[in-house]
Amino acid sequence: MSKKPMSVRKTSRRSKKIWVPEVFSQKTIRVIVNGKEYVRDVKPRLLLVDFLRDSLGLTGTHVGCDTSNCGACTVILNGRSVKSCSMFAIQADGKEILTIEGLAKGNQFHPLQQAFWDNHGLQCGFCTPGMIMQAYWFLKENPHPSEEQIRWGIAGNLCRCTGYSNIVKAIQVASEKIGVEQMQVEPRKQRMVRRS
Amino acid sequence: MYPKEFEYASPTSLGEAVALLKKMGPDAKVLAGGQSLVPLMKFRLASPKYLLDINGISNLEYIKENGKFISVGALTRHHSLERSELVKQKLGLFSETASWIGDPQVRNNGTIGGSLVHSDPAGDWGSAIIASRALLKIQSARRERIVDSDHFFKDTFTSAVAPNEILTEIRVPVPPDGGRSAGAYEKLERKAGDFATVGVGVQLTLSRNRKTFEQAGIGLTSLGPTNLRGKKAEKALVGKNVSLETIEEAGTAVSEEVKPTDDVLRGSAEYKRAMARVFLKRALTRAARKAGASGV
Ligand SMILES: Cc1cc2nc3c(=O)[nH]c(=O)nc-3n(C[C@H](O)[C@H](O)[C@H](O)COP(=O)(O)OP(=O)(O)OC[C@H]3O[C@@H](n4cnc5c(N)ncnc54)[C@H](O)[C@@H]3O)c2cc1C
Ligand code: FES
Ligand code: FES
Repeated sequence: MSKKPMSVRKTSRRSKKIWVPEVFSQKTIRVIVNGKEYVRDVKPRLLLVDFLRDSLGLTGTHVGCDTSNCGACTVILNGRSVKSCSMFAIQADGKEILTIEGLAKGNQFHPLQQAFWDNHGLQCGFCTPGMIMQAYWFLKENPHPSEEQIRWGIAGNLCRCTGYSNIVKAIQVASEKIGVEQMQVEPRKQRMVRRS
Repeated sequence: MYPKEFEYASPTSLGEAVALLKKMGPDAKVLAGGQSLVPLMKFRLASPKYLLDINGISNLEYIKENGKFISVGALTRHHSLERSELVKQKLGLFSETASWIGDPQVRNNGTIGGSLVHSDPAGDWGSAIIASRALLKIQSARRERIVDSDHFFKDTFTSAVAPNEILTEIRVPVPPDGGRSAGAYEKLERKAGDFATVGVGVQLTLSRNRKTFEQAGIGLTSLGPTNLRGKKAEKALVGKNVSLETIEEAGTAVSEEVKPTDDVLRGSAEYKRAMARVFLKRALTRAARKAGASGV
């Protein structure tokens, strides 16, 4: 359900009509999350992270600080890492999102997940989904990083437990193990999901 | 944390956007990267009635060279400026500045235009536009106007861009004669990704024999109510020999002209004054070397 468009048309100097676009107090958005399409009604103030967690039930994405400082809520939106607590769901209309739930293929971990497992890259695990999603974006940008580059690459993600050493090591190991091709997760078969 | 309710529009052209802004009046806010505005709305320090998302206006995001200027669309992300080869080659000051902003996620989404309009005196871009003497292109439903970097910042969190206007382009003069021009940005931060305790941007052009400073632009971050121009420091350089003594004098001049304030997080005014001197000297030395000077 969307509000009636504000009934304005602006006449420019050349007296060409400029359409004034619709203003929404609620909007039906369509997003692809981890290869699956979802259609939902949202209010503009719904944050992307709450949309993922509460509307779609994808609770892998965490809320740490809720003030765009900790990176726990990091997801990939149209190829770019974003802090989903600092963006509105309505802005994701028509876009593709990848969350931590979309990385593994069935029972097979993504190489980054495997490397975090093998190298003890987590303790409580709260920061881990955000760390891994940020590392995922970072390794696509920078497939063969130095240790220092990795540290700058995850500068927006805070961890209260590990002291970072094993996180950095895990990302290093993952980068060595995998070529860029493998970084691309094949999108799962797209499936329409009924509005709920 | 939720902002107050608001209504949302996402125009796909500049014409639509300014027409909407005119209609909505001062209750509307432009949403670019959201890296300042969304946290402000969540804290309810800003509660706009309408949010005008300009991310769908694809022709506001570009970096291109046309003649005497490198033109940067207001919606260009910090990250694109950091990675652009054109910017690296011709505007080292801008690639360095971009790389110091926040963290990777902030740079992926935050825009140069949003940062400038936000007019935080701790914002890094302000110093880059001041040092490079950039021009700012601003559009309303009625007209387009151009403001220079010395008249862009009106006060803390207040720029020259009115509520019915959109900043569309940052026009940076291409520094003369590549080899003898160079820029640098130096920033002191408490921890990775923090706002500047102090920041200094410089853009230099040396004489052909690399012996004197021909032109100097200095922008200062977190050293006053807005980003400032280091006027006295610039004066201490232009026409003078490229030497450690000259750089020292510019350092003294800058520490006298800045207007920092005490703050509990990032240090006393006195400390910032001292750091302004140190960081200006570092930036000048590095830029002068990049421009081919010897003996500094
Ligand atoms: C964790 C964190 C760390 C940060 N660290 C730094 C740092 O070290 N240095 C630094 O400089 N910045 C830093 N920032 C701020 C960051 O650079 C923001 O990106 C920037 O301040 C705002 O740009 P934006 O595109 O996100 O704008 P938004 O948040 O979308 O908008 C900011 C303001 O500008 C207005 N606006 C935006 N675009 C336009 C336009 N084209 N025309 C008219 N009005 C417009 C909006 O209405 C709003 O008032 C940080 C932010 C975060 C969250
Ligand atoms: S919850 Fe989003 S950055 Fe901390
Ligand atoms: S593992 Fe506990 S916060 Fe990182």
